[in-house]
Formats: sequence, C-alpha cells, structure tokens
Amino acid sequence: MSIATASPAPRNYEVIPKTSPDGLELEGELLEVAMGPQHPSTHGVFRMDVVLDGETVVKLKPVFGYLHRNHEKIAENTSYLGSMPYTDRLDYFCSLTNNWAYALAVERLAGLQVPERAQFIRVITAELTRLQNHTSVCGFLLQDMGALGTPLMYAFREREKILDLFEALTGARMMCNYMRFGGCRCDLPPGWLDRVQKIVDDFPRFLDSYEAMLNTNEILLARTQGVGRLSRALAISAGITGPMLRACGVDYDIRKVDRYGIYDRFEFRIPLGEQGDVYDRYMIRLLEIRESLKILQQALKAVPGGPVIDPKAKLRGFRPKAGEAYGRIEGPKGELGFYLISDGSPNPYRYRVRPPSLINLTILEDMCLGQSVADAVVTLGSVDIVLGEVDR
Amino acid sequence: MIEEGLKNELAKQGVVVTTIQELYNWGRSNSVWPLSFGLACCAIEMMAASMAKWDIARFGSEVFRPSPRQADLMIVAGTVTKKMAPQVVRLYNQMPEPKYIIAMGACAISGGPFKQGYNVLKGIDRLLPVDIHIPGCPPRPEALLHALITLQKKIESQVLTGPNRPRHLDAAAPSEFPVPEFGEHDIVPAMNPQLWKPRLVVR
Amino acid sequence: MESLEQIKIRLEAAIPGAQLEILSNDSPSAERSLLLDNAHAFAVAQFLRDDSLLRLDYCSNVTGVDWPDSEISLKVKVKKIVEGVEKEVEEVTKTVRPGFLEAVYHLYSMAMKNGPLILRLRTGNRVDRVQMPSLTPLWRSCEFQEREVYDLFGVVFDGHPDLRRILMWDEFKDYPMRKDYREPDDYEYEPTPHDEVLEKARRHQAAEVTP
Repeated sequence: MSIATASPAPRNYEVIPKTSPDGLELEGELLEVAMGPQHPSTHGVFRMDVVLDGETVVKLKPVFGYLHRNHEKIAENTSYLGSMPYTDRLDYFCSLTNNWAYALAVERLAGLQVPERAQFIRVITAELTRLQNHTSVCGFLLQDMGALGTPLMYAFREREKILDLFEALTGARMMCNYMRFGGCRCDLPPGWLDRVQKIVDDFPRFLDSYEAMLNTNEILLARTQGVGRLSRALAISAGITGPMLRACGVDYDIRKVDRYGIYDRFEFRIPLGEQGDVYDRYMIRLLEIRESLKILQQALKAVPGGPVIDPKAKLRGFRPKAGEAYGRIEGPKGELGFYLISDGSPNPYRYRVRPPSLINLTILEDMCLGQSVADAVVTLGSVDIVLGEVDR
Repeated sequence: MIEEGLKNELAKQGVVVTTIQELYNWGRSNSVWPLSFGLACCAIEMMAASMAKWDIARFGSEVFRPSPRQADLMIVAGTVTKKMAPQVVRLYNQMPEPKYIIAMGACAISGGPFKQGYNVLKGIDRLLPVDIHIPGCPPRPEALLHALITLQKKIESQVLTGPNRPRHLDAAAPSEFPVPEFGEHDIVPAMNPQLWKPRLVVR
Repeated sequence: MESLEQIKIRLEAAIPGAQLEILSNDSPSAERSLLLDNAHAFAVAQFLRDDSLLRLDYCSNVTGVDWPDSEISLKVKVKKIVEGVEKEVEEVTKTVRPGFLEAVYHLYSMAMKNGPLILRLRTGNRVDRVQMPSLTPLWRSCEFQEREVYDLFGVVFDGHPDLRRILMWDEFKDYPMRKDYREPDDYEYEPTPHDEVLEKARRHQAAEVTP
C-alpha cells in the first residue's frame, strides 16, 4: 500500500542570547523535558514534551496513545450491547454517565423510549457521578499543588460513600454497566432512595468544610489565580466543553441546551466563571456540585413507579435499522458523545466516542506558554483528564 | 538452625531467638514501597486502597514512590498497551533489587476485556516476571491488600542461601529484561521467550 | 435552525461551483448530512461558521469512516427464453462501488444554541488519493481529531498544521481502524478462545506445528 505520509514537524533548538540583570551577555540552551508517561502529576500515562527556557515553558506538545486500548475497534466487532461494559472503562471515574451517553445514542438510532422511572434513576445516578467526580478532581488538583493527601483523602471519603450506593444498585463500585437501551438493567434495591437522600442531605456539610478549608487558602489562591488563562473565543473554537468552558464564561450546558432525558423538569442554574483561569475552574466545579445537589433533591422527591426498561426494547439480537445517530450528554468532563453508524447488522458499522478529555487538551499548550513548569502541572490538573477517555 | 519447640519454650521464658534470615525477611516484608505508577482503571482502586477507608499503611506500603529508584514493588495497575510496554520494562529495569511485581487486574494478567485490541499487550508476564496476579476488573481494594499480604508471605518464606535463593542474592540471575522496540506492525520482540513459555494447547 | 435544504440553497448561492448533496438517513434519528466536494469544502465550512444566521462556531466531533470496495448486487427480473419457453428469471447484476474514506464533522452553534449540522468529506479512493482539506484553521477542535483520523484511517488533511500520528507510535505503518486491517498474530495462547478467536488460534497453531 502506498500512501502519502505527512512528514513529522521539525524540531528547532535555538540558542537564545540573554542579558543578565547585571548587563552580562548570557547564552542558554533550551531544555527539552519529557514529563511522562510515568510522572506523578500527569494523571495516568500522559506525556507532555515540554521545552523550557529556564523555568518558563516555551513549547508544550502533548503525546497520547499510552492507553490506547482500541475501544472503537473492539466495539465494531461486537454487538451493540456488548460495548456497554466497555463504555464503563472509558472515563473510569464516571461509568454511569458514559453508559447513559451510549444508551442515548443507541436510543436515538433505534427510536426507543425510556420509561419515566428509568429517566429518574438515570438523572439520580448521573448527578451522583458528577458529585464524586468533581470532589475527586478538586482533590487531585490540590494534590498537584502540593497538598499531599488531605484534600484528596476528604474527597475520597465522600466518594466511597457514593460508590457504596453504586455497588448496592449495580453490583460494582466503579464499572457499573447499569444502563440498557430503553431503560436500566434492574430496579432500585429496597431502601436505596433513602440512603441517597441521607447522603445528599449530608453532602453540603462536607462541602462547607471543604470550601472553608481551601477556598481562601493563600497558597491555593497564589497558585491558581491568573494561572492557565483561557480566552472565551479560543475556548469555543477549540471545542472546549464542560466546567472548563463555563469557567471562561460561556453559557453552554448540554443539560440545558439539548434537554435530554428529563432535565427540563428540574430547576438548576449554570455557574459561570469570568477569568477562565484555574481558580475559576476549581470554583465552577464546587458550584456545580451544589447545583447537582439541587437536582438530586428535586429528583428524589418525585421518583415514580413503573417499569425501568421499555418492555419492547430488545437486548439480544438487537439490530437497528441502517442509519446513523449522534447522541451526546453533559458528562462531568464535558460533552460526551457517541456517534454510531448502523448497516443493519448486529454490530455497529462505525462506533465513535467523542472524548471530552482529549478535546479539552487541545489548548493545553496555549494555556501553559509563558508560565513556569510548575504552573503547567496545575493547569493540566485543572483540565480534568482521564486517560482511559483521552486515548480510548 | 534452632528447633521450633525450643524456640517457643525460650520465648515463654522471655528469650527471643531468631535468625538473620527471619529478621531480614521480616524487615523487608513489612516495608514494601510501591512505585506510584498507575496505568488505567485499576490505578483508581490502587489509590482507593491507599486512602482512609482501606488504609494500605497498615501493611507498611503507604509510601508510594514516584521514582523507580526508591521502589520495591511495581503494581502494574491497568492495561499495558504496546506503546506503553517499553516504558514499563524500562521502569522495572530501573528499580533496584529486590523488586517484585503485582499484576493487578485482568488487563495486566492477560489483556482482559481488551485482549482483542491491536495495541494491547496480552499480559505483562510476556515481558516481565510477575510475582502475584490478582484477577478482577478492577479488583477491589481488598483484593489488592490480599495480594500485598500474599507477597509479604512470599518474601517471608524466601530462603537466603542455597540453590533456591531469591534472584537478588544470585549474581547470575538476570535483574534487567530486554526493552522491546517499536516496530512497523508490532513491538519487537513481542514477548520475552525466556520468561513466557506457555503450554501449547491445540484444540 | 434552517432546514438542510434551505442551507443548501443559500450555500450554493454564496459559493458558486460548490457541489453539495444531502445524504438521507432512514433511521429514527433522521440526522441527515451534507456531502461536500473537497475543492469547496473549506469555503463552505467558513461560510457556515461566519454566517450570521447559522454561526456554527463549535465543531464538536470529527471522525473517520472507512468504506471499502463493496459489491452492490441488484436483483432484476428479466424475461428470457429458456428451453424454448419464455420464463421470468431473476438476474443479479453486480456493481462494484469503489471504496473511499470519509470524514464526518458535527457542527453546533454555541451562540445560537442549536445544531447539529453534519458535514461529510470523501477521499478519491483508499490508496493514493487520500487527501482532503483540513478544517483545523477554522475550528481548533479539529486539530487532534483530524490527527486521530489520519492515524487510524490514513486520511491526509491538507493544511493541517501538525499532522502526525497521535495514538500509535511514529514508526507504525498500518491504519488500524480500516476494515481490512489485520492485527498482529498474538492470539495463540488465550486460555478461553471462542468464535473468531478460536479460529485465529487454530490458524496460528497450524502455522506453528507444521513449519
């Protein structure tokens, strides 16, 4: 096979003459540092090839693929239902929202209806997922700033409570594999909603203490305010979604725009940032938790009875008509979309995941240029990536 | 070698008798420092095991070292892709002896759910010697603790002299393993034939 | 948002010579797409982004699709004289549709909060005419996604600022998401092979036992 290939970009190592404060001529070489794939601050097997002028970042190229597990290829060789457990492993913090996005895409493709009770269960589980994702991310961000342990331990303590709920509901802590096309796999166990209610009632108290401990912390302010700024125009052009986009002040939340599921029935606000820096991203996440708690409070009071799955939905031997569909939801990281092409066979012809984590990294270099390398670490932490989704 | 009965008798009288081997292994087994090295989903469970609810510090392994030079244990927590495999081997080669590997989760054992992927290494034991395998996808933190305790038992039972002595006391045994290169279609070599000797099963 | 037909009419008026085609979609989602020709694709995309009625400022998803050469067989009933008697015989006419690679763009508008508009671009074939214009200069979000399409499908995007492999290593030669890609033969010792894997294991073992 002869295929035209693109030549790799040439690398320039310039020698920059500099003047010291005393007026002496200094010559310094640029230093190339490969941060990753094994690096404590890269949140997994992610690599940044950073070119440094002293401590200042002059070039940053992200390198991906260290966790490229061929999710899309495997999904094209298996049935529609067979891909559901694989979606758990995309963004392994938020398996339930991944399930929902995939189920939504297939429901659009096949025209399935979701019963009322299942819609409520989906909203409740998705918002719980958002809670545990955002608390953990804030913990990881602080870990990157050097707050080793404490905030992350607090976050994980709350996360474990929510994972216990997931385990009671689905049988697994992380890889829930719970949603099905046209509903959910099984009904709620007895007393589950009361347990959720208790955790939702208690969560603000944890959040208050978390915020009181951190929000006005001098080190946190110094390390985050004005760091990793992102302009509104660039954010839109680069397809940034989720809390990162809203931290730049763009009012775009797919829960409000598409009103998928039953999100049009709940009252909640979209917190928006102003500066688009790391501090705004951190605060937006904490504010979104409070909004999620509002949604949960409303949803828990109104869960109706009935079936949890469309009785007409076929799980085995499922063959949607030829065609295509794109389904997207507002995941905790941003717009998570699934693009499916069906050719009428039991396997999807094309199966594509639109990964918010990967696309949110597009502007990593723009955000880090001119900053010190330590700020690059914090900026990366504020993007909130999960490598399972970046590389798939 | 002192007899077990006499040792117990002496212990009742307040005299503790031990051997260098026991002392050495006791010390080693209770301070296994893992490399803070997460690959995929299992890394989150590894982190959960080090957090308050499971508290891996009870077993002396809370000191996750970011540098392989300071680590005793590599927890291969997640899918090893072919692109990552050379770095995993390189990291292992950089660890000082004695060093151990826990293959955590189905992916590290055999490729797991992703074993049909073109970029997935079908088990880390094709390239590195694994001491403990924990199945699960992902294994719960309890399973990781179980693996750690199993490793501690393994370390405690090591005989320091003689033909069965562990690798780090045997100058002839290899401590580093060849790092595969990136080829045009696959990594080269795709496996280490000295380590990976599977039984040929013909069906 | 306007209907796809209205957009098409406006586009044809604004960009003379642009060949546009609306591709239907029979599934319940009914998301139809607009097929562009490569020569005018950039101008069309720029119009869609800058037009004050559409303002599709957000390119959400870029993906490749591989369509290998396929045989389309049509059954036609033909009257024929067989053994002296006129009979109606079914005849199968086979036409080969040459293969091509396709890139699909999902456009939304963050300003107007609507969408999606789906664009499709196609290459000439799957072997040597695999170029198509890059839309990265219009939407930065295409940068990594077009690199991914290049990496996994082998579509070469003209005008992309940094077209390198993104997921696989640089020395890799294949395009693994293509339908005719064969992965390296390392299935041999799977403990529980079944279906296709078992077939592969058998083939592999036959090669190993009788060299």
